[in-house]
Formats: sequence, C-alpha cells, structure tokens
Amino acid sequence: MKKFAKDFIVKDNVTLSSAYALLRLAPVDGILPEMQAGQFVQVEVKGSKTTYLRRPISVNFADYDDGLLWLLVRNAGDGTHAMIEMQVGEVVNIVLPLGHGFTSPSDKSESVLLTGGGVGVAPLLFFGKTLKDADFNVSFLLGAKSEKDLLELDEFRKYGEVFITTEDGSLGERGFVTMHSVLKQRHFSKIACCGPTPMMKAVAKYAKANDIDCEVSLENVMACGLGACLCCVEDTVDGNLCVCKEGPVFNIKRLKWQI
Amino acid sequence: MADLRVNIGALKLKNPVMTASGTFGYGEEFADLVNLDRLGGILVKGTTLNAREGNPYPRMVETPSGMLNAVGLQNHGVDYFISEIYPRIKDIDTNIIVNVSGASPDDYAEVCRRLLPLEHIPAVEINISCPNVKQGGMAFGVTCEGAASVVKAVRKVYDKTMIVKLSPNVTDIAAIARAAEDEGADAVSLTNTFLGMAINTETRRPYLSTITGGLSGACIRPIAVRMVWQVANAVKIPVIGLGGIMNGRDAVEFLLAGATAVQVGTANFIDPSVTEKIIDYIDDYLNRHNLNSVADIVGGML
Repeated sequence: MKKFAKDFIVKDNVTLSSAYALLRLAPVDGILPEMQAGQFVQVEVKGSKTTYLRRPISVNFADYDDGLLWLLVRNAGDGTHAMIEMQVGEVVNIVLPLGHGFTSPSDKSESVLLTGGGVGVAPLLFFGKTLKDADFNVSFLLGAKSEKDLLELDEFRKYGEVFITTEDGSLGERGFVTMHSVLKQRHFSKIACCGPTPMMKAVAKYAKANDIDCEVSLENVMACGLGACLCCVEDTVDGNLCVCKEGPVFNIKRLKWQI
Repeated sequence: MADLRVNIGALKLKNPVMTASGTFGYGEEFADLVNLDRLGGILVKGTTLNAREGNPYPRMVETPSGMLNAVGLQNHGVDYFISEIYPRIKDIDTNIIVNVSGASPDDYAEVCRRLLPLEHIPAVEINISCPNVKQGGMAFGVTCEGAASVVKAVRKVYDKTMIVKLSPNVTDIAAIARAAEDEGADAVSLTNTFLGMAINTETRRPYLSTITGGLSGACIRPIAVRMVWQVANAVKIPVIGLGGIMNGRDAVEFLLAGATAVQVGTANFIDPSVTEKIIDYIDDYLNRHNLNSVADIVGGML
C-alpha cells in the first residue's frame, strides 16, 4: 500500500474522558489514502518541549464518506498530551498508512471476536466495520478498568454485539476480558486483540488453549515507523522483525511468547 | 540554480546531501516518501560478513532533542545483501554506499572484497565506530592503531572509494582521522553516535536492553560541528559531516565547518522527506549569498 506524508487539518477534537480524546482529521488535499484495519500512522508532534519523534497511533476509523481519519489518543505523556490539546483548524503532518493490519478470515461463516482493552480498542472499530461490510458475524469484547475508560461504545454497537468487562464492575461483567461468560457460551473461530501486553498474552493463551486463530497488535517503542531503523523489533519464529513494518499485527503463532 | 556537485575522492555526488547509515534502511523503505534519485548518496544499513540478529528489545528511547539506540548491527550479512537487496536498489540514480562493520580487520576486508565487483556500489563506508556491539566497531575506532589496522586491511583489497566513519567517543578525533588518512582512506565521515544512557526512574531499570546506547539527534549537533571543524583542519582528505542535522541551515553549518558533504540521520524519522528540503535549502542559500557552488562554502567560516 502506498505511503504518504500528508498534512491533515483537525476537524474535531472530542474529549472522551480526562485521559482520552478522539481526533477527526481531514487531509488538506482532500484525498484520504487507502488503508487497512490494524495499520497505524505516525503523527508529527507540535507544541511539546520534550517530544522529538513522531507518535505512532493506530487507525481508529477511516471514514471515506466524510473523508476523515479518526485517531483515538490516550494522554500517555508529553507527546500524546500535545496531540489531545490540538485545536480545531490546526494542521499536522501524518505519515500513513504504515505496517500490516488484521487479516479477515476466508470463510464468511466464521464468527469473529474482536477484543481489546483501554485505548487498545482503537483499531478494532475499523476492523469491525471492515468485517461487517464483508458480511462477517462480528462480536466485540471490550475491557477497561472502569466504565469511564470504555470508549466509543455506541460506535462499536453499529458493527456487532458488544460484551463488556470492567475491573471494578462498574459496567458489564467484573474482571478481565478472558473471564467473560461469552467465551464459555459461544464458539469463535477467530480472535483479533489489541490492548496492554498482559491482556494480549492472556487472550493469546486462551486462543492457543482452544485452538482459535488469533492475531494481536503490538506497540513496541519505535522511531522511524518504516522498517528502516530496526528499533521496534519483536522476537519471532522468523527472527527479529520490525513491529512497524512486519506488524503491528502478528498471528500469535509467529511470536515467541511464553503462553 | 547553483552548482551543487561535490566530489569525495573519485566519487561524484550530484549534491552534498546523503542519508546516514542505519537511519534510511536500504532506501527502498522511503521510496514512497522521497525522490531517492535526488539524493547525493544513500548509506545503506551496516553490513557484516555473517548475519546478525542484533541486540534484544528494547533498543530505543527518546531523549531531549534526540534518541538513544542500541540496534546492534542487525543485518542479513553481505551475501544476502548482494543476492537479495542489491538487485532491488541498484538502479536508484544515486550513490549507493555500503556501510561495513566487522569483528576483525580481516572481516572488514572480506566484506569489502565481496562488494568490490558490484557495479552500482561505488564506495564503502568503514564503520569503526558502532557503540552498540562489543566487537565490530568502536573497539577499532578509539585508537589510532585500531583504526589504522582496519583501513590498511581494507585498502589492500578495495580500490574504489573508502570512507572511514569515525567515533566521537575518543580523546582526540583528529589523531584517529590522520591515522585513517595515512593508511589510504579517501574520506572520513563523522560523527557516529555518542555513547549515552538513560534510566527509567520509576522502574529503576535502564531503558535499553544493553544499558548504554548511541545518542543521535539535534542534541549532539554542536559537538559534531566542533569535531568536523577539528578534523577538517587536521586532514587533507574530504570530510563528511553528520550529527543532528535537522534542516538545511544545519547542513550549511557543517559545510562551513569544513565538511565537503553531509549525512542526514535521525531527522529522516521526523520528516521522511527532509533530505529533499535540505537540498533545496542549500541551493537557495547559495543563490541568496551570490555564490556559484557548494565548494564556495566548504570550510567557509569567516
């Protein structure tokens, strides 16, 4: 997929809670590049005294009807803080699309579970839409610390049934996603997961034990985003691979996780 | 349009702007974002005799106006480069220069011997300055004897342009540059990264798996400019300047300090097409100052 370095204008900046913002951006040239669910972008950071490199942010949604790129940003440090402070009308340069995204199952009868936690749910929205458009049966299993950390629930409900866990029990079932009752009640033939590493490892362990095809999206610290600097490598069965180029989505069979 | 051409030994560059090894892959990673044919040269990823897996993750941490890396020369080895990568990149209309590392002078020489027949590789850059591997680099670059031993071994087998990339982690970089010149190096490039370290104070662990790593980015530029100036005053061969060049102004600063050409590294991560902007800036700068060619500003500090 061809990559671009494009200027985008902030059309909308919605605070989802104290720690999260949804940025909707329009390419200045009006052409939103083709991209795949699970791919990410590298956003130039302006207005931070300490941030030097771009910030890798996964594609939350590509709205081709309105020509908007959605980025769900968690306030995780100075760089992302500067991003969520961006004002409507501000212009920012974005390199996109980067990496390899999620793969759709070959058989339309397959039931797909998209599960994630915290800001990790971001790429699952676009993947859910992609799958629904292709007539797959999609379910979302979203986990968070608390109700206030659950993001975009109304958006997710457009594309599939939504199951919820929170660690404090404020919404859905109490506990982690891997403890949700739906996993005992239904059979899923594919799982796509994005979230904190301990969560992804728990989901991968469940998938492996139940012989379910499973992809996870990694977020190793990276610099170039293009597969050039070799900083973000993950140890895989094929050696050290760049998460930014060969990933960020990997089938768990390729990872050397101890699960 | 000013004359942007410069020569590094027998090597002819259409302009003085090249990309630094390890920051630009093999060029092809940037092909969608940069017109590679416009570049003066591409220094491809450090290449060794045998494949190397590099260091464990984590290999990078951002620091004020820069970053530390500890990649550790991950590459598939010279034979893979020749059979798989070279055919894909050989027709880019620029100077493709291979950065070479090794664990012994014989290693370096053998890699260069294998690269010599490649028509579209007009030069090598001998890396005696990688701070991230125990052998394969800096061990040779921190003494005059070590530098001389590698340059001598390569010179015996390689008659195209040899650039020697110097480590800044030394007491007297000019002395190392002279040692390389005395053994027949055609040019020196400097600086490689500065040895640095950062600790996560919450976890009390180092950010890098190797504890220490190489510091690059704008934060090192004034030190690199100083070293380029010192070396340019100490040797007769051309000097290639690098270290924290973020824009055209910075590139001109290195030329004024005595560099004949420059390499751009970390800045490629922040703006993938920064090299093209730097080329345009230099052209504009020369026109603005009523100068005809890049040669008019090399070492042109008043």
